[in-house]
Amino acid sequence: MHKLLLSTSVAVLALAGAAKADDLQTLQKDPKQWVMPTGDYANLRHSALKQITTENVGKLAPAWQFSTGVLRGHEGAPLVIGDVMYLHTPFPNNVYALDLKDPDHKILWKYEPKQDPSVVPVMCCDTVNRGLAYGDGKIFLAQADTTLVALDAKSGKLLWSVKNGDPSKGQTSTAAPHVFKDKVFVGIAGGEFGVRGHITAYDVKTGQQVWRGYSMGPDADTLIEPGKTTHLGKPVEKDSGITTWEGDQWKIGGGTTWGWYSYDPDLNLVYYGSGNPSTWNPKQRPGDNRWSMTIWARDLDTGKAKWVYQMTPHDEWDYDGINEMILADQDMGGQKRKTLVHFDRNGFGYTLDRVTGELLVAEKFDPAVNWASKVDMDKSSKTYGRPLGVAKYSTEQNGEDVNTQYVCPAALGSKDQQPASYDATTGLFLVPTNHVCMDYEPFRVSYTAGQPYVGATLEMFPAGKDKGETHTGNFIAWDAKVGKIVWSNKEQFSVWGGATSTDGGITFYGTLEGYLKAVDTKTGKELYKYKTPSGIIGNVTTYESGGKQYVAVLSGVGGWAGIGLAAGLSKSNEGLGAVGNYASLANYTALGGVLTVFALPN
Amino acid sequence: MRSSLAGALALGVIMCVGSSAMAEAPGDPKAVKSTDGKYFDAKGDPTFNVGPDGKVDWYTFSGYRRYHAECHVCHGPNGGGSTYAPALKDSVKRFDYAEFAGIVIGGRQNGNSVMPAFAENKNASCYIDDLYVYLRALSTGAIEPGRPGKKEDRPEAFAKAETECMSQK
Repeated sequence: MHKLLLSTSVAVLALAGAAKADDLQTLQKDPKQWVMPTGDYANLRHSALKQITTENVGKLAPAWQFSTGVLRGHEGAPLVIGDVMYLHTPFPNNVYALDLKDPDHKILWKYEPKQDPSVVPVMCCDTVNRGLAYGDGKIFLAQADTTLVALDAKSGKLLWSVKNGDPSKGQTSTAAPHVFKDKVFVGIAGGEFGVRGHITAYDVKTGQQVWRGYSMGPDADTLIEPGKTTHLGKPVEKDSGITTWEGDQWKIGGGTTWGWYSYDPDLNLVYYGSGNPSTWNPKQRPGDNRWSMTIWARDLDTGKAKWVYQMTPHDEWDYDGINEMILADQDMGGQKRKTLVHFDRNGFGYTLDRVTGELLVAEKFDPAVNWASKVDMDKSSKTYGRPLGVAKYSTEQNGEDVNTQYVCPAALGSKDQQPASYDATTGLFLVPTNHVCMDYEPFRVSYTAGQPYVGATLEMFPAGKDKGETHTGNFIAWDAKVGKIVWSNKEQFSVWGGATSTDGGITFYGTLEGYLKAVDTKTGKELYKYKTPSGIIGNVTTYESGGKQYVAVLSGVGGWAGIGLAAGLSKSNEGLGAVGNYASLANYTALGGVLTVFALPN
Repeated sequence: MRSSLAGALALGVIMCVGSSAMAEAPGDPKAVKSTDGKYFDAKGDPTFNVGPDGKVDWYTFSGYRRYHAECHVCHGPNGGGSTYAPALKDSVKRFDYAEFAGIVIGGRQNGNSVMPAFAENKNASCYIDDLYVYLRALSTGAIEPGRPGKKEDRPEAFAKAETECMSQK
């Protein structure tokens, strides 16, 4: 199959024509390749490769590097399909196809989209892009300006393109597209611009829209089936995406969809999370603001919602619910269950039954979390499934123009988009986290289409500031069956890069100051580190080429955590509140996108 | 506050065309008078005031808040600039008040750098004076980067003008 991809275009056409619905499902089982941004449909981010082991990883060394030619934040990771690596960049969203068979890693083709630069000022948190998708012989790119393009994987030729949104209304794209079966899924960003979030399925062959499900609005828009779709085991009421808002506010309600998606082919369900309700000023939007901050389970073919779970009703802190949904089958108290595990921005690690949406575990994955005492797990309680808030940290109760202090976690969450991995051998989830708190002051804000609609200012600082601690990250191992931290490594900075675990017993991740690290999955013991040219906010991947295992990661500091640094500052202490906390990053690293590929010496 | 702003904006929009040649340096930012908690320099342009105890005027604080909701994503925290947009704490050393207001309202483009027009964005257009005095305070080192520690109370005139401006259709 890989050879076919690289042979004549006739063969590729034949392949595309013959593409079966489950081609991608077969491909993702081959550990030599990395065919999806999430590793596989289940978002496990685990590789069966095991040439690199706990014994020999200390000898790991860079094998080759590639400059992307772009500054600013490099999130996501390249794909490896056969002997070709597909690499993306932040805005302007160039795509490179690199020949892995060639000793010089020659560029097979390059795609350079032409985008109106007026999209840049409507991107909230740096001009990041989280990567590409592959399916049906095509490479899919979701450009910043919301254009979804399908490129011929062999030649880079544009096969079709479709506009998924309108940047003049603040709608942008940062997420990777995801191919599941015969459809490509894209979300939308712009929660700080009053964008009403949606997920859209397009036919991989034609680019034809198959369905679109909104995060709020009438049932016809949300694709919720009243009486049938469930929330915590109970049927959802009619038009709940309107009735939990005041007036027409749902039309600018946020709930954007810029994270990672997963898919269970047996259940035929797609899982993802929706983001913060707009504005950040909770006083201006009374109600539960459904279905922002929600885990969604939708039918792949129709988009109809099977179940939903709103984690943070009426958000007061910008705790977007967009982080990845990891589909792991686990032994829950002696019973094998199909679970979904999610580490939310709000600091709770959730384990749900992914068939029914039943809430099984909700525990803090950073002990610093203080905005809620716990999630109510009592099924007979009126507040079942809701977080039990602490008045002192409620920006709603403290009100507008009041600076609510020392809320943990900060707006960027105990964990943001940086995806975790799951190692079935140890039963551990390996989670990159933030250890940051904030002061948050909401204020009145007015909505104009295409203009910022933020309504709060905030400052962030290390969670242990009151104890004289300065570290702002932890890399942890989590047992999602019971909701407990198994081990935790302090990191000087928030861990903003995604983890990958392997059958070599190793977990890899990158750090903001620029280290690629390898730790023992069982114990967390650090076995290797290497300082790459810039801070890492990208996700680690691993693949095999010519019989050798490689580990690849993009460095290029930026994103929300690195925004102050991306802005070239060194001494400031603000910036969607992020900078003070990260100011000293400038003592360690500077901007610039580089891919570094590691291997054991011959 | 808002009527004088409207005048300035009209001027600003005109000046925006071919503005660089017409740019006039702002005068000494020292406050020489104050009306209803708002401070003005000798030229009559809005400016900051920092008391001996470090207490900032309300408009400087308001500018800090609005800047870090509307502007900082491109222009960097504390007016420090980024690879996409200039450091406004330096720009306000070159732009006078009218030109600053004109650019905020009318926008401008320079190659791949795009400053959107904020005429319709009340979160910026109702607070041009606040943004200007905040950046002026930063530019002269009168305030440290970050959230100002102490601030004067919110003047009634501010609250009234804010309500009027934000509720305009």
